[in-house]
Amino acid sequence: MWRDAFLVMQKDMKIELKSKVVVNQVLPFGLVVIFLFGLAIGKVNTSALVTAGSNLSNGGALKDASAGLFWLAVTMSAIIGVQRSFAIETQDQARDALRLSALDPAGIFLGKAGALLIQLAVLELVLGLCASFLFGMHIVTLWLFLLAALLASISLCGVGVVYGALASGARTRETLLPLLFFPVIAPVLLSATKACEAAIVGNPASGMIWIEILAVFSLCYLTLGIAAFGSLLEE
Amino acid sequence: MDLVIDFQNAVFISDGYPVLTGVNMEVRTGEVIHLRGSNGAGKTSLLRAMVGLIPIKSGKAIVLGHDLASDRFDVRKDAGLLGHLSFLYDDLTILDNLRFIQRISRRPKDSVADAIRRVNITDKLAKTKVGRLSTGQRKRTALAALLIRDYRLWLLDEPHAGLDEHGRYLVDQLILDFQSEKGTVVIASHELERAMAVSSRSVIISGGSIIAAENFVDQTLRDAPDRYLGADESTIANWKAKEGSFDVA
Amino acid sequence: MSYQSQISDMSPRERLAQRATAVIGLLTLLSLGFTVWLGLFITPPDEFMGNLVRLVYVHPPIAWVMFIAYGVAFLSTLLYLWPRTRDLRFDRLAGASSEVGVVFTGLTLISGSIWGRPTWGTWWTWDPLLTTTALLFVMYLGYLALRQLPGDPDARAKRSAIGGLIAFIDVPIVYFAVLWWKSIHQAPTVLDPLTGKTYIHGSMAYTLLLGFVAFTLLFIYLVAKRYRLAGLKDRYESFLLGEAIEDRKREAMPDLSGVYPDSVGNAGAIDVPGQKKRFSDPNVSVGYDAGLRPDQTDDYQKIGLQNNTGADA
Repeated sequence: MWRDAFLVMQKDMKIELKSKVVVNQVLPFGLVVIFLFGLAIGKVNTSALVTAGSNLSNGGALKDASAGLFWLAVTMSAIIGVQRSFAIETQDQARDALRLSALDPAGIFLGKAGALLIQLAVLELVLGLCASFLFGMHIVTLWLFLLAALLASISLCGVGVVYGALASGARTRETLLPLLFFPVIAPVLLSATKACEAAIVGNPASGMIWIEILAVFSLCYLTLGIAAFGSLLEE
Repeated sequence: MDLVIDFQNAVFISDGYPVLTGVNMEVRTGEVIHLRGSNGAGKTSLLRAMVGLIPIKSGKAIVLGHDLASDRFDVRKDAGLLGHLSFLYDDLTILDNLRFIQRISRRPKDSVADAIRRVNITDKLAKTKVGRLSTGQRKRTALAALLIRDYRLWLLDEPHAGLDEHGRYLVDQLILDFQSEKGTVVIASHELERAMAVSSRSVIISGGSIIAAENFVDQTLRDAPDRYLGADESTIANWKAKEGSFDVA
Repeated sequence: MSYQSQISDMSPRERLAQRATAVIGLLTLLSLGFTVWLGLFITPPDEFMGNLVRLVYVHPPIAWVMFIAYGVAFLSTLLYLWPRTRDLRFDRLAGASSEVGVVFTGLTLISGSIWGRPTWGTWWTWDPLLTTTALLFVMYLGYLALRQLPGDPDARAKRSAIGGLIAFIDVPIVYFAVLWWKSIHQAPTVLDPLTGKTYIHGSMAYTLLLGFVAFTLLFIYLVAKRYRLAGLKDRYESFLLGEAIEDRKREAMPDLSGVYPDSVGNAGAIDVPGQKKRFSDPNVSVGYDAGLRPDQTDDYQKIGLQNNTGADA
């Protein structure tokens, strides 16, 4: 299983490096989303433009919501990443190629999730920097933020790959992905946001409970994915 | 004499539709079977069923020792399908694709170079992304993949389609080579002369079942174009008498 | 035997189940009616909430049913996935329970909202309990959408089970997390789990109990009906499958009227000199027309045979 997982992950990453779809399309999309959040929520302080030396702060609402908005942007980008991950498995009859390869399904799951995780990590790095820049999000306890990001991303990738497999193949299926993905991932989003807020404020103790919840989620979804992916591919 | 494929009244349902309604078929090692049938008869479905892609509903189906009712997954390690789609990754080069296949099937590294050579792909072509290739070139790559994987059974769905004269000759050659190495082949093809030239026997499928599964009883049937499939001898004799020949108008 | 009777004829056990369901239905009607009568007219208004308290006979029972429905769906899904107890009936039960569950989740949100407006001054609040329930509602919707995807029953069941499991696991985790939260939701007013004291007395207590019973009966009735419907549908589809197999086999027979089986797209519509014209032959099976597969024609779709063709023949 691990060998197959590694091979699949390597293959997916190679495809991404050669086609650069995530870097060229998904990443800018995430940036645009963050920017739009800023437009929608942040206050444009026009009077301050006149007053010299005034403190052009980003509206309070934006700063408070920055963690949540960051995660929302990450989630929306993740969905597109998932769709791309399965779109590369041939245009139609996406499942046949993977099935015929006689790869261990659990390995396929881990491999795809792993590749997605790497892409998501890069995404989060860039989006995080962008968010701190645009929203004024300053992180005090960095390790907490990173830990939360890691666990949340594992959940995102696990759920994403499972639902991605379910929702790929026929046209009637593809639109199912957001409907399935978002409600299930919402608690993960919430926990990640709370943990990151604790990291921003600098209060690790209050964040630990969220880390625990995130860990439970990650464990559940990874296990489910490994156990169930074979049946999902077969029809 | 080992049976490579043993189907008895096998019924396969795909997405609620009965693609195969009771197939009876026996194939021995080293045979090259030509699968014929009109459009919609079930040729592609039969090939896909043999490689375990379609679940079996009733009847018996054993391919290379794997019982498709209980385990249709491991059969894919021993049997390979060459379909309409090439199952290759568009963004990777031919070399990348073949190397990936070589690794997942745990074959030695030089099998890639061997396969590329045998299908007449130049080194320069091997470094091109699959997305840029023509149909024929993709097909050759798919054939190379088949060679790398070292299957015991080949299931070829219209292998000559889309290939130029060289390509067609290549396919025939590969089939004969494979047969001499004790491999078994099932070819679904509308190209009667081409396929018959390499096959040892013909099997006709219609309405999801095999309606003629032996060596030709009568030379008449062997020469008949597809549109007379399913008719009995007297009917064919009648038509032949009336129309004089089987040439398509 | 007409095909309708083939499908809907009941075995003795089924007849018993049908009668039991009817009895439950009657009891449901009676208890619900009684609850309404008691709740609206007989019981006194609360000293603080006034007439608003009458919602307590409805909202908690509905929420309770929502939990039961979810529990049944979750359990059935697990039972289906577990190899020893794998049975399509569990999948049907999960589906039936989810459908009823989604309705009751919606009702919970609505009744809670109606209660909340006068009490808290707002239709909605983002407190954890409400948010989680709203989340459960949307998850159900996704699960039900997943169940609608075409395919044969086994594949459908497996797919829905796995997809559902991921969603269902979420819920206990979240509800437990909610316990760690302070919320503006009602502190337990009926039964304090810590002290075991009851806060509600007399006729109100009995009415509340009756409310619980009534809605539970309603749940059982609805799920039983839906379950049977699902069973009938599956039976109908396998009957159709048998027909479909026969139809497909008939394709193999030669049509001696001169139809050319593989003249794609030219079912005699164009006049080709020398070629025989096709005339409509009632013996030719549905859709056997110029290379079309039966399932590709409209008639077949109307019969309702689910097929989303992925495979070429």
